[in-house]
Amino acid sequence: MMPLAFLGLDITWDATLRNVILGSMILGLTSGVLGSFAVLRRQSLIGDALAHAALPGICIMFMLTGTRSSELLLLGGALSGLVGTLVLLAVTRWSVVKQETALGIVLSVFFGFGILLLTRIQHSGNSAQSGLDRFIFGQAATILPRDVAVMSIVATVVIGLVILLFKEFKIVTFDPAFAASIGMRPDLLGVILAGLLVLTVMIGLQTVGVILMVSLLIAPAVAARQWTTSLAGMVMLSGVFGMTSGVAGSVISSLVDRLPTGPMIVIAASIIVIVSLLFAPRRGVLSTYRIRRTRARQFRAELALTDHHGVSRS
Amino acid sequence: MTHATLTNVPPSTERYESVIEVRDLTVAYNESPVLWDVDVDIEPGKATAIVGPNGAGKSTLLKAILGLVPIAAGATRVYGAHLDTVRNRVAYIPQRGTVDWDFPTTSLDVVTMGRYGRIGWFRRPGKADRAIAEECLAKVGMSQFAKRQISQLSGGQQQRVFLARALAQEADLYLMDEPFVGVDAVTERAIVELLHAVRDAGNTVVAVHHDLESVPAYFDNVVLLNVRLIESGPVSKVFTEENLRRTYHAPANPIGIDGTTSPSRSGSEMAPVKAMLR
Repeated sequence: MMPLAFLGLDITWDATLRNVILGSMILGLTSGVLGSFAVLRRQSLIGDALAHAALPGICIMFMLTGTRSSELLLLGGALSGLVGTLVLLAVTRWSVVKQETALGIVLSVFFGFGILLLTRIQHSGNSAQSGLDRFIFGQAATILPRDVAVMSIVATVVIGLVILLFKEFKIVTFDPAFAASIGMRPDLLGVILAGLLVLTVMIGLQTVGVILMVSLLIAPAVAARQWTTSLAGMVMLSGVFGMTSGVAGSVISSLVDRLPTGPMIVIAASIIVIVSLLFAPRRGVLSTYRIRRTRARQFRAELALTDHHGVSRS
Repeated sequence: MTHATLTNVPPSTERYESVIEVRDLTVAYNESPVLWDVDVDIEPGKATAIVGPNGAGKSTLLKAILGLVPIAAGATRVYGAHLDTVRNRVAYIPQRGTVDWDFPTTSLDVVTMGRYGRIGWFRRPGKADRAIAEECLAKVGMSQFAKRQISQLSGGQQQRVFLARALAQEADLYLMDEPFVGVDAVTERAIVELLHAVRDAGNTVVAVHHDLESVPAYFDNVVLLNVRLIESGPVSKVFTEENLRRTYHAPANPIGIDGTTSPSRSGSEMAPVKAMLR
């Protein structure tokens, strides 16, 4: 499989690199697609809490089983991520604390606890622990063919459900009250979307880590929103942007020494965001500035005309 | 013919099969009730306004009928049945401000959403649905904005799109939450005309309404609400100075659950009533 041969890039093509590029590509595609919904539903920061809260679960899973398998560790991460998210929702709902404050609390408490556990594990002398810290900033080089297979399955589930339930996800995202009035079950669909968010975040932890994962949900979606006029267009373009970031980030980091893959993917995504925010037609900063300036000139011209009339009549 | 025998029955406002029956309805979000022991019957083929001060539970009444809020006590029935069995006969127009108008979609696409209930789960809207949506957009005078992003519409145009979406549902009962809020005078007239056209075609319209002065011109019946039901019936009978005073003076806490009674409303809350009575 040589998906990048056509780019004519002079890179050492080995199995590790292939796994990294494939994994990053699948991750970017999945998080781009699902990120669109997370951003439109204003839930992207829930993804952030979810990712940070995964760290203690990963550590606890290791302490209990001593496993090195990514799937098991990520299962632990998913569980504590879910606990963190539920705590966040509970605090927001049942206490006077507002959501962004609750987010800060959950995020730092869970992440801090995770770091504490990680530090203890690292000083325990257990040699199997080496590489557990890869989940903080991600370490794409540790992606195995097995991991790529898991990522492909998750991507298939996420994208398959988004295609199958596209109309339903659209209506509950745009107008949940109306959706409920026609019998659409916003609560159930919200739970499904949240479940997909958990899956997506988990497959990203090994590549970009708990801290940067949220940017892969937000950046492609925000960039895509700038260029499209339909939800389907946004979701597809966001997937393409995510995929492009994944490939670009992993290729660049393989070309240059000591450039970490995860942060490189995030930087690639950020560049797409900046270009989109500045240059997109109609919604871009430059475009809105130009439109406003043209309007102002028209108004001044009209005013000058009427003034002239006033003068000539008097 | 049954029709002939029906005409022999002396006309009476009390004798009709209610489109909506609300019985002993109580809704509470927190400790104090938003609606308390409300009984309402909505007459078929009429336009009914739900009127009352802020926090009177007007929107909540609509939402309770639609099953969108948990009911603490009582029951609601639509067309004599549970709502789930008659959903396709009911169109709901939420308040315009409750959705994100920067959502990436066009006017026509929003109107097509009116078909989703009939299409059912998993399936996509087809040509016929799109044709109906275009027709409905034309009915509200918005055909030329079909491909327009909804973020670029004015408030009045957005409200028309919402109306068109409701029309696309091809329902018999239209529940509208504040359809006239934030719209220009032209749109307001257009909405009223449409509302009357929908009613004259034999459908039932229920709208939460806040402008007292236009109630007699726009609506046949009125429900005066302030947590409790104050009065309901034909505008000519019920929409009186005395009833309006009761509606806008009534304490927000209906039975003084905490042992106190709320002070009567003053100043700004009474302004619309005073304007009416001038």
